[in-house]
Amino acid sequence: MKHKAVLRVSSKLLMPPIMLFALYVQFHGDFGPGGGFQAGVIFASAFILYALLFGVNQARRVAPAGVIRTTLALGVLLYAGTGVVGLLLGGNYLNYSVLAHDQVHGQHLGILIIEFGVGMTVASAMITIFFIFAGRGRDERGE
Amino acid sequence: MAVIGLAYIFLRNLFAVVMLSGMFSLTAAVLYVVMDAVDVAFTEAAVGAGIATVLGLATLGLIGVVNEKPSKRSFLGPFLVVLVTGAVLINATLDMPDFGDPNAPIHHHVAPRYIEDSGREIGVPNIVTSILASYRGYDTLGEVTVIFTAACGVLVLLGRTRRRKPHGQETGDRETASGDGEAAK
Repeated sequence: MKHKAVLRVSSKLLMPPIMLFALYVQFHGDFGPGGGFQAGVIFASAFILYALLFGVNQARRVAPAGVIRTTLALGVLLYAGTGVVGLLLGGNYLNYSVLAHDQVHGQHLGILIIEFGVGMTVASAMITIFFIFAGRGRDERGE
Repeated sequence: MAVIGLAYIFLRNLFAVVMLSGMFSLTAAVLYVVMDAVDVAFTEAAVGAGIATVLGLATLGLIGVVNEKPSKRSFLGPFLVVLVTGAVLINATLDMPDFGDPNAPIHHHVAPRYIEDSGREIGVPNIVTSILASYRGYDTLGEVTVIFTAACGVLVLLGRTRRRKPHGQETGDRETASGDGEAAK
């Protein structure tokens, strides 16, 4: 893919809007269709586009495996941890009403946090799986 | 969708099959939009048509594009199994209430409570989000854990970086074989 100038330039232009759209879907999930799952997938697709054009090795440098694995676990931890915080504040597990003074505010906050956790985990999982699948074929061809 | 499904069976080129599966998902997403399930359609378009197709292509790159040879075995047994299962499933759908029937059981269980009270209790305009994230928080936590586990499984099976020792090639191949065996189970 060294010489596909048009593809490289146009996808470079596309990548920021893809990520921005992912964040919009992530944080606008309360008001329109969308949420953590969809946002995570869209966010991951930006990285996958990068990896397709510039090679998996280059993309690995942008998103190191250690960081991706950390966010992979951190997303689940954020979700489950929100539940535990609710437990500590005197509510049931995963009851967000106790997170703020107002019940509705608490629910808003809880949903925002856990959706962010979902998005983190989904994005990291998709990136991990793609990098491993794509990177493995490269190894075996002896590059 | 039925045409795409039939094409699945008769095509022998795996590349075309991967592309068809993407088209199938996109058609399904359009169907969901028509049925007013925008959230589901969004997920189907992003995951089914987008990521699944890319992953299928990556897998093809891994194993090489193969034109599968038509198998010589008789297809009568599997065909019978499919026929019987399909007949049972279609028979089961006959008992289902009509689409959009307000007297269907599903509209009398918890749905009215969600629709009436979620605005006051959760205060989020999108009821789907409030059900997924708050009322059904445990289920969504489970789903996230499933995805986490899937990524961990891929990491464990395929993700180890192989060290290139002088005779490391064979050990690497043996690891692959055992890994595939576990995946098959």
